[in-house]
Amino acid sequence: MEKKQWPLWEIFIRSRQGLSHRHVGSLHAADAEMALENARDVYTRRQEGASIWVIPADRITASSPDEKDLLFDPADDKVYRHPTFYDLPDEVKHM
Amino acid sequence: MEMDLLQRFEAYVASEKKIEPKDWMPDAYRKTLVRQISQHAHSEIVGMLPEGNWISRAPSLKRKAILMAKVQDEAGHGLYLYSACETLGVERDDLFRDLHIGKAKYSSIFNYPTLNWADIGAVGWLVDGAAIMNQVPLCKCSYGPYARAMVRVCKEESFHQRQGFQIMMTLAQGTEAQKAMAQDALNRWWWPSIMMFGPPDDNSPNSAQSMAWNIKRFSNDELRQKFIDLTVPQAELIGLTIPDADLQWNEDTGHYEHGPIDWEEFNNVIAGHGPCNKERLAARNKAWDDGAWVREAAAAHAEKRAQRKASEESAAA
Repeated sequence: MEKKQWPLWEIFIRSRQGLSHRHVGSLHAADAEMALENARDVYTRRQEGASIWVIPADRITASSPDEKDLLFDPADDKVYRHPTFYDLPDEVKHM
Repeated sequence: MEMDLLQRFEAYVASEKKIEPKDWMPDAYRKTLVRQISQHAHSEIVGMLPEGNWISRAPSLKRKAILMAKVQDEAGHGLYLYSACETLGVERDDLFRDLHIGKAKYSSIFNYPTLNWADIGAVGWLVDGAAIMNQVPLCKCSYGPYARAMVRVCKEESFHQRQGFQIMMTLAQGTEAQKAMAQDALNRWWWPSIMMFGPPDDNSPNSAQSMAWNIKRFSNDELRQKFIDLTVPQAELIGLTIPDADLQWNEDTGHYEHGPIDWEEFNNVIAGHGPCNKERLAARNKAWDDGAWVREAAAAHAEKRAQRKASEESAAA
């Protein structure tokens, strides 16, 4: 009897100390340990990694593209959050 | 409403913006991508077979280590692509099944045999060279996960082409017999390699739509021309002859003109009548069937460990 396929894991790699982990792709594995081993072979064959996170894909909660406007539009009219909004006299060289 | 969405989608991709997995997309766009990405993934996986054939017979330990690294890369490329394909809502096991029952296609080049060591050189130089030509524009394709997978693939692929060219160069500088081996491999792989770009533009039914959706950036004939223009001088450099009596440089266009391509052979191989179609599918099916117990055992082991952990936690609570 064919068992259901192994669950999907999302893989995040820290490429070197000082940088944050970054999503690189996904893979199937029976458990977290195997996901780590496979992630090493699939995503770090050329020293791309200093650390790996594996996360079961079904445990990620994502915002929906339909809510994009609702979530991100409110920031649109708040230009005063950017330093370029403020006109300063030329005499002020660095601020 | 649907029409409105479609128009907005087409304007959006036309402006070089990327589509991500959960964004709305027309069914035909999704279908085209599933077909193309899965075929691409299958090609990487089946592509391991003709090269794997020579791992145990590589002429030196160094060549063997290099070939193993290359074949491992092909496996990796297949996996990046399968995972990109799954973001479109298909299951990997279904993709495998379609390959194994012969429903899904893969690049027809892998239905040709690798008869001797020089073929490993020709495959790296020509087949990987043609693949790179096809793949570089895909790094800018409108579907984000596919484009990102292609960036990784292209970064790794250039070592493949260089190692192949180096094998050919070494043979071409060797004894008469070695040079003849290199020429023979070039003779057999040249035409199938330039067929890898697909049918000519006036007979490529899906191309226009894929170009409009920014999945495809250059036409089959454009890419084929580019490949020929780059490859002919490389062959000359190592003293090998492209097996095309009609090949000639056109001063006015700045391109090489090539002789007629045998599209009947191409269609025949695609239809399943190439030299190795049956052998490749049989090898894939055998690997899948022989690995069934491993997949089941790993799943059972994971389940048992999860249960043990759960009962330990509830005992501790």
